[in-house]
Amino acid sequence: MKQFQYLRAATQQSTLDAISKPGTKIIAGGTNLIDLMKRGVTAPDKLVDITHLPLKNITPTKSGLHIGALALNSTVSENGIVVQKFPLLSMALKAGASPQLRNMATVGGNMMQRTRCSYFYDTTMPCNKREPGTGCGAMGGLNRMHAIFGTRDKCIAVHPSDMCVGLAALDATVIIAGKKGERRIPFTEFHRLPGEHPDVDNTLAKDEMIIGVDIPDNNFAKNSYYLKVRDRQSYAFALVSVAAGLDISNGTIRQARLAMGGVAHKPWRLFEAEKFLVGKAVSEDSFKQAAQIAMQGAKAYEYNAFKLKLAPATITEALKHASGLV
Amino acid sequence: MSTINKSMTDNKKQPSSSDGPSRVDGRLKVTGAAKYSAEFAVKGLVYGVLVGSTITKGKIKSIDIKKAEHAPGVLAVITHFNSPKVPGYQVATDPGKPAVKGPVKVFNDDQILYNGQPVALVIADTFERALFAASLVNAQYIAEKHITNLKDNLGKAVATHDDTEYKRGIVDAYKSAPIIVEQEYMLPSEVHNPMELHALIARWDAADKITVWDKTQGVKDTQSNIAKLFHIPVENVQVHSKFVGGAFGSALQVWPHEVAAIIGAKVVKRPVKLVLGRADMFTSVGYRPLTWQKIGIGATAEGRLVGITHHAVGQTSTYEDFAEGPTDISRSLYACPNVNSSNKILGLDVGSPTWMRGPGDATGAFALESALDELSYKLNIDPIELRLKNYAETDPESGKPFSGKNLKDAYKLGAEGIGWKNRKQEAGSVTRDGWLLGYGMSGGVFGADREPATVKATMLADGTLVLQTAVSDIGPGTGTAMVAIASETMGIPAHQIRFDLGDSLYPNAPQQGGSTITSSVGSAVYMACRDLKEKFQQLIGNGGEDKPNYAKILKQHNLTQLQVVTDSKAGAEVDKYAMYSWSVHFVSVLVNPATGVVKLNKVVCVADSGRIISPKTARSQVIGGAVMGIGMALMEEAIFDDRYGRLINNNLADYHVPVSADIPQIEAIFVNKPDININPIGAKGMGEIALIGMAAAVANAVYNATGKRIRNLPITPDKLVDWTALT
Repeated sequence: MKQFQYLRAATQQSTLDAISKPGTKIIAGGTNLIDLMKRGVTAPDKLVDITHLPLKNITPTKSGLHIGALALNSTVSENGIVVQKFPLLSMALKAGASPQLRNMATVGGNMMQRTRCSYFYDTTMPCNKREPGTGCGAMGGLNRMHAIFGTRDKCIAVHPSDMCVGLAALDATVIIAGKKGERRIPFTEFHRLPGEHPDVDNTLAKDEMIIGVDIPDNNFAKNSYYLKVRDRQSYAFALVSVAAGLDISNGTIRQARLAMGGVAHKPWRLFEAEKFLVGKAVSEDSFKQAAQIAMQGAKAYEYNAFKLKLAPATITEALKHASGLV
Repeated sequence: MSTINKSMTDNKKQPSSSDGPSRVDGRLKVTGAAKYSAEFAVKGLVYGVLVGSTITKGKIKSIDIKKAEHAPGVLAVITHFNSPKVPGYQVATDPGKPAVKGPVKVFNDDQILYNGQPVALVIADTFERALFAASLVNAQYIAEKHITNLKDNLGKAVATHDDTEYKRGIVDAYKSAPIIVEQEYMLPSEVHNPMELHALIARWDAADKITVWDKTQGVKDTQSNIAKLFHIPVENVQVHSKFVGGAFGSALQVWPHEVAAIIGAKVVKRPVKLVLGRADMFTSVGYRPLTWQKIGIGATAEGRLVGITHHAVGQTSTYEDFAEGPTDISRSLYACPNVNSSNKILGLDVGSPTWMRGPGDATGAFALESALDELSYKLNIDPIELRLKNYAETDPESGKPFSGKNLKDAYKLGAEGIGWKNRKQEAGSVTRDGWLLGYGMSGGVFGADREPATVKATMLADGTLVLQTAVSDIGPGTGTAMVAIASETMGIPAHQIRFDLGDSLYPNAPQQGGSTITSSVGSAVYMACRDLKEKFQQLIGNGGEDKPNYAKILKQHNLTQLQVVTDSKAGAEVDKYAMYSWSVHFVSVLVNPATGVVKLNKVVCVADSGRIISPKTARSQVIGGAVMGIGMALMEEAIFDDRYGRLINNNLADYHVPVSADIPQIEAIFVNKPDININPIGAKGMGEIALIGMAAAVANAVYNATGKRIRNLPITPDKLVDWTALT
């Protein structure tokens, strides 16, 4: 690990000042960044510790809930309002990592975590995300864990978060602070597809920081489910995960929210499948049809073709759980 | 052969977790007072970090060490360019002859034989500085074409040097049977991954005298190997290894990192500590070899076995001919008149594999017991009944009687434990809450050996009994079992007994491997205690009490202590009997028909391994074996990207071992009948059989649940999703 300077930020402004200089990175829980530094994937000159900034709050707003960027994953997952009004977020958080990691990891850090693609982590192997122009090791390699949606030949990595899948489904908004003030963007537009620049994970500028997320009130609390399929029952990344929220009235779906993890470079919101479900009766048949719509445009590689079957099966199962069919 | 007194051999009561002594070193372990190899504050200690090759095969062109040498705190950077030679390395002197096979000779020449092979050792005054400097070492290579894929190169496999072919009766007799199963199986490479990283501290005390604190399963073997490598007298090598945080076979030999640390300590004239990183644990201390197997098994319509043909090709390195015996199990597990097998290896450009819990038999049992299960469905016979129909009353391989075998009891106990009567013969026919429910079982067997062992037993003036022998305790509870034997034999409470182990100064004991320690050292402890007791009897004359007051007797005779040194080894019984321990594993699983997720519902493991000395630790050992078997069945797999010859999952996030959420209720049942023919204590090994067969039991249960037979471990959801309801 390269030697680096450590600063503890006293204010948001001093953080913004510090990160405007090249080679400087924010550290919060550090559950991913420290690994990346140990493996030589990233080598910042300076770390700015923001854990003392007052961004840990979980506060009801007029139209929903505000969660500070430094709220811990464990705290959010256990929060009474979250459990009661946004159980999907609680379930997604609890499906991620391990209790020890959730005790350290923050909401903002969770959003900023990088792919777990093995080729990204091994500095002797090619990776366009780590080192643009070197090629993609996964494309012709062992790509069992990799993306089936939104890929380009430059990168087929997936975003590893569970929490983000939940927030994408819940129409969350990301609040970002920069030198020019605050801006707000839909959660689904925070992360990006690899395109020509797989080294860029998201739309956060280098001199900006996440200060929180807002979740609008909804009617999905009664019919929410997060289903994660993985190689072991805990502490494993998703093969496929699905966040499902339904607003059901008299057996008819009024609104639906669906997002998938483990299938794309970003949390993969299933807008078309959601639209299809509106007005449909709760039934396994309509869930299966929605799943088929969701799979349009999916493309598999040598070792992840199973996801073409697993993903729609998981969508259907998640919807069955959310609607009470299971 | 005398046997231990009757109260110890009473098998009527099933041992439970509350029975018997607690772990003698349990408190030390949970409070952190137990010191492991890396934890000794040796005076003047400095730290070594290895730099591994980033190519898979070829030559080192150059190594630029200047930057590293000038980094803060660095004392030395050792490479093959500047390393003192290890006198004991056997090297080919005649360039016309093939290279001498054997362990990698660290810092000896420019040859790269596997990815991750150490090419440099950086020593600095702190670990962090050594680690940083190691990142500054710049090695350049001339890469050559490598091969790391077994499956594509099976045709290049060669016969192992010994015991390769086996033939009993007619070759390939199974082909003529009315009912045939013929299938191929792949068992991926698995990594030991004990919690404790391999580590040592090496200190030269004089030019020809060294002390090492090392993680090892055998202090005596480590001692003699270091003596041979560095051409110093055996007695000048002292090895300490009192606590070992798991090993499973990875610490049965002296590895290159150990030699590197010893070289390093010589160069810097300071004691050097070297702890492998987790990634190095995947390449530097062996693993269970990736193995392809093919089994042909034939039976009569009534279910009598006609023939078994079993072929295996295991992975090894190009520089060592390491071979397990995965086909051995087919020779002896069932009464089958015709058996033939071959056991080949394929040298790949990888680090050498090594022994891992249940070596050979764990691999072979997966194939044989999967095939037998498949046969039971073809015959429409209950899998237990099929095994009983082919029950071996005598050893089918040697024709000898078994020293002790109660496998029928084990089948019965296990079937009751799991509720086998609830199993349906028709696969995929039972659902519970939307999940498919299935039952499976499998047997396991492992040779029960008894090695020579010596114990020094000393009764001190205060009535404390001190037992000393150079055995290691890698976790099964050896110390606890030895104290239990001594306590019973001497008639004194456990807290008055001290069992000293893990030091090369103590009398000879075998390596802790191959499930031999309780039989070997346990017998030696028993015999030493019996000898010591006799010595006391001689002092006080005949007619002494059964539980004499030893301290009082010593005082009466003006003695400060009384001591015996007793040798123990197997006798003529080894020629008379075939000796094995057996296990039977029963599992029930739930399989999600949509997602292919497999959840263990319940596990029952039955061990027929003679008398159970220490029920608590025996139970723990069985549970540990079952957990390891669940890992083997459902998730463990070291994955190489053959294009680079490099592992892509050399960490514990990507290489999956079971977590608590994967583990169901596990019941350990012991037949607990002493094997009176093997040794005076009636106990046999259990470490290996706790694992052997477990993976097949899970795979067989998955089949019973789903009708899908997975022959290529691990059984991950992607392999079952092809079959799921949506297809």
